[in-house]
Amino acid sequence: MTTVNKEAPRHPSPGAGKRSERESLKIVRRTSYGRLAADTALALFVFGLIWMSATNPNFQWDVVFKYLTSAIILKGLWTTIELTVISMVLGTIIGVFLALMMLSEDRWLRSFVAAYKWLFRGTPLLVQLIFWFNISALYPEIDVGLPGGETLFTLSGNAITPFMAALLGLALHESAYMAEIIRGGILAVGQGQSEAATAIGMRRLQVYWRITLPQALRVIVPATGNQVILMLKTTSLVSVIALPELLYSAQTIYARTFEVIPLLIVASIWYLTICSLLSVGQYFLEHKLGRGFRSTN
Amino acid sequence: MTNNEPMVWAEGVMKSFGSLQVLKGIDLVVDRGQVVCLIGPSGSGKSTFLRCINNLETIDGGWLSVDGELVGYNREGDCLIELREKEAAARRAHIGMVFQHFNLFAHKTALKNVMEGPVAVRRMKKDAARDLAMDLLDRVGLKDKADVFPNRLSGGQQQRVAIARALAMEPKLILFDEPTSALDPELVGEVLQVMRDLAKGGMTMVVVTHEMAFAREVADTVVFMDGGVVVEQGSPKEVLSAPKMARTQDFLQSVG
Repeated sequence: MTTVNKEAPRHPSPGAGKRSERESLKIVRRTSYGRLAADTALALFVFGLIWMSATNPNFQWDVVFKYLTSAIILKGLWTTIELTVISMVLGTIIGVFLALMMLSEDRWLRSFVAAYKWLFRGTPLLVQLIFWFNISALYPEIDVGLPGGETLFTLSGNAITPFMAALLGLALHESAYMAEIIRGGILAVGQGQSEAATAIGMRRLQVYWRITLPQALRVIVPATGNQVILMLKTTSLVSVIALPELLYSAQTIYARTFEVIPLLIVASIWYLTICSLLSVGQYFLEHKLGRGFRSTN
Repeated sequence: MTNNEPMVWAEGVMKSFGSLQVLKGIDLVVDRGQVVCLIGPSGSGKSTFLRCINNLETIDGGWLSVDGELVGYNREGDCLIELREKEAAARRAHIGMVFQHFNLFAHKTALKNVMEGPVAVRRMKKDAARDLAMDLLDRVGLKDKADVFPNRLSGGQQQRVAIARALAMEPKLILFDEPTSALDPELVGEVLQVMRDLAKGGMTMVVVTHEMAFAREVADTVVFMDGGVVVEQGSPKEVLSAPKMARTQDFLQSVG
């Protein structure tokens, strides 16, 4: 081929010069001035924000650091974590049962779940929390037994502590959402998978446990991770029933000292910290569950 | 315990999905060690019949037994009582099934796919199950793919793992539901070769297939189904080379 271009043409053409020269030509990319301008503006804006918050004495950063690891805040933080974990676990367990009922062939089971979801997703969580807190007004005593039959044991409505009311409210509300997530995950596993498992002689529970559920988790876990993060923040609602979780603990301090902003920042720092940790955990869990589904295993 | 009953014995098997009657009385006998190929146009009910044999679909009428045991029911006098889930699963365990779309467990490696039945159903020790699975993978020529997940295997390789998975249950009978229909043409041969070897080894097989050359070569009996009934059956020569019925002739002509 080189012989063809031995004589350079009079006008430079794209194919001019020797082959080796053409191969080693340098590629020049165009600069996007629009993007450069946008980046500069953004940098200035962010820097301005940081500068403003750092230099504004009303933020009272010294107060923030004073309370960040104070006993009362840490105790509140622990309560928040407890509430998040227990209500997510309970909500997920109830959600599994609801999801299985939704997938049942029995239409009464399906209708029950429909009504359940309608009730718990259709009313605000705040209302539900206050409702459970005041349940003793509705049922001063709760008899446990068969309807119309012998009473097995009796619960006093007053025995419902704010912590129990909070758990009830958060878990039941959460279960309605988890049911939908779990059902979606199970449906996302192809029918061929359970058929193949059935064909080698597995029983229905084994099929669920060994084949369907592990694959459904791949879909369920990311959505559940979001629910956990949402739940962590939602627990702040229970401050209305005077349960000293993270936000309420901060409130009790600023009710006394009027250092509202610094204490809200303290609470926010902790919420952000836990959220970040949860996100990291979620990443690794998803990575493990994704085996067999990525282009590289 | 050996008995003289045929491996598969179907008399007047019926199956409906809602108001649609898919099987309108199927009669078929498969003897031990026989290879039977079911052919016919799509919608003829051949796959449904195959799925009835291992009770993935329950029959609505007629008689269907495998190795002398009723499929899906127990007989008590004049009644057929539906089996408990546990019994149904136990009977299924002796019948292997290979699907058109392989249906390998996507979250398990090839080796774990083959081990799953022995471990979960036959309650074998893990080590013994692993040895068995490795032998079977070797037999289908995939020993080196043991630790690979299904999504990294070609269709032909996946189907061979699926056959190994069925063999791991030491079945009396293997059902093949269009095992090569989802494969690229160049991968069909490797799967058919494994099936040919199985047939030579004396395995009883019922194969729904469109591979006429395979049926001609391997089958003892070819069954042509159409519209939920068996139209014609006999040796490959009789059915494929000299079909008596007009519907069979039409079908074979259209397949080429």
